[in-house]
Amino acid sequence: MSDSILKTIFGRLTLESLPLHEPIVVATFGMVAIGGAALLAALTYFKVWGYLWNQWFTSVDHKKIGIMYMILAIVMLLRGFSDAIMMRLQQAMAFGGSEGYLNAHHYDQVFTAHGVIMIFFVAMPMVTGLMNYVVPLQIGARDVSFPFLNNFSFWMTAAGAVIVMMSLFIGEFARTGWLAMPPLSGIAYSPDVGVDYYIWALQIAGIGTLLSGVNLVATIVKMRAPGMGMMKMPIFTWTALCTNILIVAAFPVLTAVLAMLSLDRYIGTAFFTNDAGGNPMMYVNLIWIWGHPEVYILVLPAFGIFSEVTSTFSGKRLFGYSSMVYATLVITILSYLVWLHHFFTMGSGASVNSFFGITTMIISIPTGAKIFNWLFTMYKGRIRFELPMMWTIAFMVTFTIGGMTGVLLAVPPADFVLHNSLFLVAHFHNVIIGGTLFGMFAGINYWFPKAFGFKLDEKWGKVSFWCWVSGFYFAFMPLYVLGLMGVTRRMRYFDDPNLQIWFVIAAFGAALVAVGIAAFLIQIFVSIRNREALADHTGDPWGGRTLEWATSSPPPDYNFAFTPVVHDLDAWYDMKDRKHQRPVSGFRAIHMPSNTGTGVVLGVLSIAFGFAMIWYMWWLAGLTLVGIFATTIFHTFNYKRDFYIPVEDVIASEDARTRMLATQGA
Amino acid sequence: MTAELSNSRPRSWLLRAAALLPALLISGCNWVVMSPSGDIAVQQRDLVLISTGLMLIIIVPVIALTLFFAYHYRQTNKSAKYEPTWDHSVGLELLIWGVPLLIIIALGALTWTSTHLLDPYRPLGRISAQSGDIGENTPVGQLAGNQQTITGGKPLDVQVVALDWKWLFIYPEYGIATVNELAAPVDRPLRFKMTSSSVMNAFYIPALAGMIYTMPGMETTLHAVINKPGNYEGFSSNYSGAGFSGMRFRFHGVSDAGFDAWVAKVRNGGGGLNRANYMQLEKPSEKVPVRYFGGVESSLFKAIVEQCVKPGKPCMSDMMGKNPHDGMAMPGVNGGSGPQDAGPRPEGGLMKDGDEKGSGKHWSAPADIKRDGANAAPGSPANRNHTMLTPSTMPGSRPVANG
Repeated sequence: MSDSILKTIFGRLTLESLPLHEPIVVATFGMVAIGGAALLAALTYFKVWGYLWNQWFTSVDHKKIGIMYMILAIVMLLRGFSDAIMMRLQQAMAFGGSEGYLNAHHYDQVFTAHGVIMIFFVAMPMVTGLMNYVVPLQIGARDVSFPFLNNFSFWMTAAGAVIVMMSLFIGEFARTGWLAMPPLSGIAYSPDVGVDYYIWALQIAGIGTLLSGVNLVATIVKMRAPGMGMMKMPIFTWTALCTNILIVAAFPVLTAVLAMLSLDRYIGTAFFTNDAGGNPMMYVNLIWIWGHPEVYILVLPAFGIFSEVTSTFSGKRLFGYSSMVYATLVITILSYLVWLHHFFTMGSGASVNSFFGITTMIISIPTGAKIFNWLFTMYKGRIRFELPMMWTIAFMVTFTIGGMTGVLLAVPPADFVLHNSLFLVAHFHNVIIGGTLFGMFAGINYWFPKAFGFKLDEKWGKVSFWCWVSGFYFAFMPLYVLGLMGVTRRMRYFDDPNLQIWFVIAAFGAALVAVGIAAFLIQIFVSIRNREALADHTGDPWGGRTLEWATSSPPPDYNFAFTPVVHDLDAWYDMKDRKHQRPVSGFRAIHMPSNTGTGVVLGVLSIAFGFAMIWYMWWLAGLTLVGIFATTIFHTFNYKRDFYIPVEDVIASEDARTRMLATQGA
Repeated sequence: MTAELSNSRPRSWLLRAAALLPALLISGCNWVVMSPSGDIAVQQRDLVLISTGLMLIIIVPVIALTLFFAYHYRQTNKSAKYEPTWDHSVGLELLIWGVPLLIIIALGALTWTSTHLLDPYRPLGRISAQSGDIGENTPVGQLAGNQQTITGGKPLDVQVVALDWKWLFIYPEYGIATVNELAAPVDRPLRFKMTSSSVMNAFYIPALAGMIYTMPGMETTLHAVINKPGNYEGFSSNYSGAGFSGMRFRFHGVSDAGFDAWVAKVRNGGGGLNRANYMQLEKPSEKVPVRYFGGVESSLFKAIVEQCVKPGKPCMSDMMGKNPHDGMAMPGVNGGSGPQDAGPRPEGGLMKDGDEKGSGKHWSAPADIKRDGANAAPGSPANRNHTMLTPSTMPGSRPVANG
């Protein structure tokens, strides 16, 4: 077979594309292959494939999809954190002529992959997963507005994650930094497959994110329980609404800018090239017009979680509910007016820079108001230091510091000396870990009993908490110092031996965080083993205030046998207060959406399409694209989309709950 | 801090450990961003400190209150007040919106003025904090095209080009150029004109002034002055590819006499830099030693900015405004000629035939295993230097040792 035919079939994929000369990658592949084979064998041996397919993969139940998002995020967290450990180790080693253990090619991929994975495949799925799980329950709905779309969104996100993971073993990932700025990411300076992996992973996952945003906006706007006006919505639902509005308005910008970059790379247009009238500065602007709202997409739901947690564990109404709502809205709007602060140093005039600097500072006012609201929710409360509350206190202290350094970076002349430095790296980890991640852990510990019917083990939870929080301070406070010593990010080796001690401290912090992650996994494992002892039969283990605690844990497929009627903010607290009697008769059959495998099929086809585009296998790209459209059209002819849960089943599960509550003496 | 360390004689491990903290803080006195040597960087440092101080007015009470409330209103403290329905207070709301607002107004005003005063495009208003504002001293020079007079003489122009992965500095006034070494007389205003040959970088000498991006096809400006003689570090602070970590240079602040000597050294140090030489120099290379060029083709910087060093490639300003009806002539639009003359650009993936797709080779493979011998072992330097190209040797130029 001639070379040309081979290249027509396989594009640029050859045996040389496999990183066989990288011992680290080969060893990783070995471990992944053995682990993966063991997992597949176990699944086959225990005959759970059918169960997984019928009950999970094809499920359109928002609760199961939410849990799948969380699992995806936790798996990807392990990958993203391995990258972090590798970087910390490299930077702690590479001094005085030593170049560490990673070459430039490998190291540059590691920091790019770390950023991309942590933002797109850890933080985003976690946020989306929690919103997916909690929002319909909080507003008293039976599912989201478009259940199949929800399943499809999840599989598109998962497909993007699969594409990123493929780049580890077939070819390579981008070596451009997590935003793939041209001209470096253009075909002229990155001719290999790395940036193409980046583009297609993000484009495919981006479709999922955008559609899930549309879905949740529609759900929140249209499916609230009767009586729940906008100003009676739980605060987490409010932040979810604002987040999803941000997603719907911001993600198309990312899609468009990546589409233009791919046109540059695939058909030789000149949007962002150095010559032929292209302008790389346009890319920088566009990507940050998406990128800054993205920051608030990640942190707003965390704010919502902290509001719920503070109010619940202080046993008190949230202080300043309406001021909280308006603060969220102000942040939502302002987040579109600040993007330029990411590149004050690009040479804009002083007036432009000061405008964006001042708008950035203005965002700190509503954010500060939120912190004060949590503070005064605790004031005159009865604070129970359960795990979610501990994460919240840690957040309030940590995030305040991160906010301060953020406002400092918003002063353009100060930014000139701190931009692109490790100070900046410390700042955004301070707000993303201290804000989003702590929020996600608070949320996981808070809602886990709702999702599975038993609490998470407290001892291991505390180990995880203390390791994470102290690990964070050890890992990032030295980076603030290094930034003030004029050390730039993304460096692979250093000359000045005085710096090394700080990097060693940071590496120690990363090791502590590693223990924190391990403790978190052990916490889940131990809790599953002790689920009988940790079980909660009431459905309301924390003395909750919002509607998700009104139903059983885990909730039945239909969430609520009767749609609750809302009279006040903190609807469930109000119901408990008024000695609400749970209805025990008069049930009816419940109309529900059917499962479908179309989402999985589309996800798999998208992976194949992305892979074909990355490796220039045009025939496969054409084929899979046709397949995607054909599957979509075929699905529109599927009329078996709904079914009724028979009334007997509803009565059976509701009676079981009635008996369960009776044994609890409730 | 110094006194504390020198007065305390570590007699036990405890004291020794306690001594470690001041030792770390002492190195803090060398934090370059906090103790710079150029007036612009000094003002930027002051701004960092003032802003931080302003924000601490609110940050410290918030953190303290968080910890205090968390402790005081704990469940076990039954003596603390408990009001489960208290959720509103107009006074408090005014306070929590008002106080941050006031601080942001102060900080915003500070931002507006400082951003304009420290605008990198703005010619210097003073040489150092001691010299006072301009006008107090006798003006000795005047900036071309600018009414503002300055002390310390006419600014020294330096043209900065970020190459893959080294820095080229051209001194048009002296007709000399250097690679990876920069020198300037103390207390003389500097005006950097900056661009890049291929990808974005940022020009940053922490001791001198804040960073500004260098971008291909564009020119950015930075005004600065160095007030203390010394040997400072400069580098790229915007990731630019494989050789980024080694893209460092030394910046020497020297006396006027020292500067003249340095110029003379550069003059004698090497041959000229013309377009042909530049095309060689521009090729990617890492950890390039200092090089001197005794002469520079005068239009070189303009050609670099306009992306037309290569013979036959039209300059950007030539491509614009060819058609009187259209500001920018594009290929195929309004009869613009333009970039199709610009020589081959990389082809998009879709245009490629089967046999020109490239191998998709994993690029971290050692440059040439067969030639370099069996160096595929991890840790071998051969694995590191895959981007290392032999520095081009030019007629009349010789590499000069770093220093």
